[in-house]
Amino acid sequence: MKKEFNVIANLVEKNAKVLDVGCGDGELMKYINENITNDIRGLEILKSNVQKCIEKGLTVIEGDAEKDLKQFPKSSFDYVILSQTLQAFLDPENVINELLRVGKKAIVTIPNFGYWKVRLHLLFRGTMPITKDLPNEWYNTPNLHMCTIKDFVNYCNKKNIKINSSNLNYKNLFSQLGIFVIER
Amino acid sequence: MNNIEKVKKLIIDKPLKLDCGQTISNFPLAYETYGKLNDKKDNAILAFHALSGDQFASGINPITNKEGWWNYLIGPGKAIDTQKYFVICANVIGGCMGSYGPSNINPKTKKNFGTDFPVITINDMVNAQYHLLEFFKINKLFSVLGGSMGGMQVLQFVSNFPNKTQTAIPIACTASHSAQNIALNELGRQSIMADHNWSNGFYEENEKSPDKGLAVARMAAHITYLSKKGLEEKFGRKLQERDDLKFSFDADFQIESYLRYQGSAFVDRFDANSYLYITRAMDYFDLTKQFNGNLSKAFEKSDTKFFIVSFTSDWLYPTSENREIVIALNSIGKNVGFAEITSDKGHDSFLLDIPDFLNTIKNFLNTSYNKLNEKRI
Repeated sequence: MKKEFNVIANLVEKNAKVLDVGCGDGELMKYINENITNDIRGLEILKSNVQKCIEKGLTVIEGDAEKDLKQFPKSSFDYVILSQTLQAFLDPENVINELLRVGKKAIVTIPNFGYWKVRLHLLFRGTMPITKDLPNEWYNTPNLHMCTIKDFVNYCNKKNIKINSSNLNYKNLFSQLGIFVIER
Repeated sequence: MNNIEKVKKLIIDKPLKLDCGQTISNFPLAYETYGKLNDKKDNAILAFHALSGDQFASGINPITNKEGWWNYLIGPGKAIDTQKYFVICANVIGGCMGSYGPSNINPKTKKNFGTDFPVITINDMVNAQYHLLEFFKINKLFSVLGGSMGGMQVLQFVSNFPNKTQTAIPIACTASHSAQNIALNELGRQSIMADHNWSNGFYEENEKSPDKGLAVARMAAHITYLSKKGLEEKFGRKLQERDDLKFSFDADFQIESYLRYQGSAFVDRFDANSYLYITRAMDYFDLTKQFNGNLSKAFEKSDTKFFIVSFTSDWLYPTSENREIVIALNSIGKNVGFAEITSDKGHDSFLLDIPDFLNTIKNFLNTSYNKLNEKRI
């Protein structure tokens, strides 16, 4: 299990109603399901992942977050989780708006393009950075909209989205991953 | 066909008011069961059959001596394990495997009903089968499931009896029968009616049945259950037991021979009038319209947990129509899962040995059953 799953899971209140958007193979859902709340379901686009979720006995809806979030009513979940998929959407701004509509709170994680290793890679090697959280080459990466922790916080401030952000400059340099709880 | 007299039947004495306005009573509902109902009566599953199905879902059908239509899914050690669950399956009213249908005797004329049988709907079918719960003294089913027309019955069941099942699995179906599907059903009906032997539906008194019409109806329908890719893979342009074209209208191609076989095998086990009545029931099915255009309202009062399944190559009940049910449920915050299973086998996929499909049903049912038992502890 990825170590940030623990951090994400701890942000979710006991017995809350949760939607995991882009739930992948269901590892995070399974952890939350077993430890925090069993009222959790996932939305996943990839068929092989849908089958993995079903094998784990999880409730999963096969679908595309960019199209299918709109079917859920306003505030129908206590938490909506988006783990490391925001940068892969065609229209991330629309997805953020949908997350904040469907969920009372959204937990969003992003791979941080401001991480010092990423900065050094680009500065010294002059090629697109490859790290643990950004493992692909420029030509096969699913990531369309990379941002830094600072970019994301600035965006939320600009759009009047409440966001937890302390030690921003420090985190922007030293965190590989940004984990945020946002709400309207 | 005398064996049909021996199938298990529940005689429903309570009057049932049909959608067409007529009321029926003291009518038979033929059913079969698999597995054992446990003491808590919490392990019962009601399976609904599709157009050409019957109550013999699992094992060997005693009338046709062929495998039950859902034998891949239901049975000891299978995805729906009958060592664990108690599965009930009934022949729909209008059918021809022992339930009240057009080949029954009309008490007024002492002859077969034929087309004097009332037009029935999916709603009527489901209301008749609800009596099985009372008969087995089951307060709440663990699950209802079915594919195609069986899926329509699942949707109607939950809508009519919102708290009578823990889970529901509509498979490869729709909430509203499409114009294309009505058209295809009409093609089949016209084929039967165009057969001279049909005699306006009163063929049984002439002892001649519209076999050719029914066979053609089945052939046409069978094509719609497959997919272009599936047909290409299975048959292509392969010739039937010959090296070259015969320049005649014989079955030169394997696909022709296959369809002819499917048609002729069907008439041995199916009644032409039942085919008319059941396809009509499918055409009339429009749950969305029953709720004034808002499908969500059909499920508003229900506490049932849904899982919906569609297949990639099913063009008869495509994923988009199944997804509308998912959307209707999500939009009122109901508990629903959904998966589109990859298969080249077309609409027929729900009857076939497709591991992803069978595992999906198995995992959903077993997890749901375990969760319910955890709650009770």
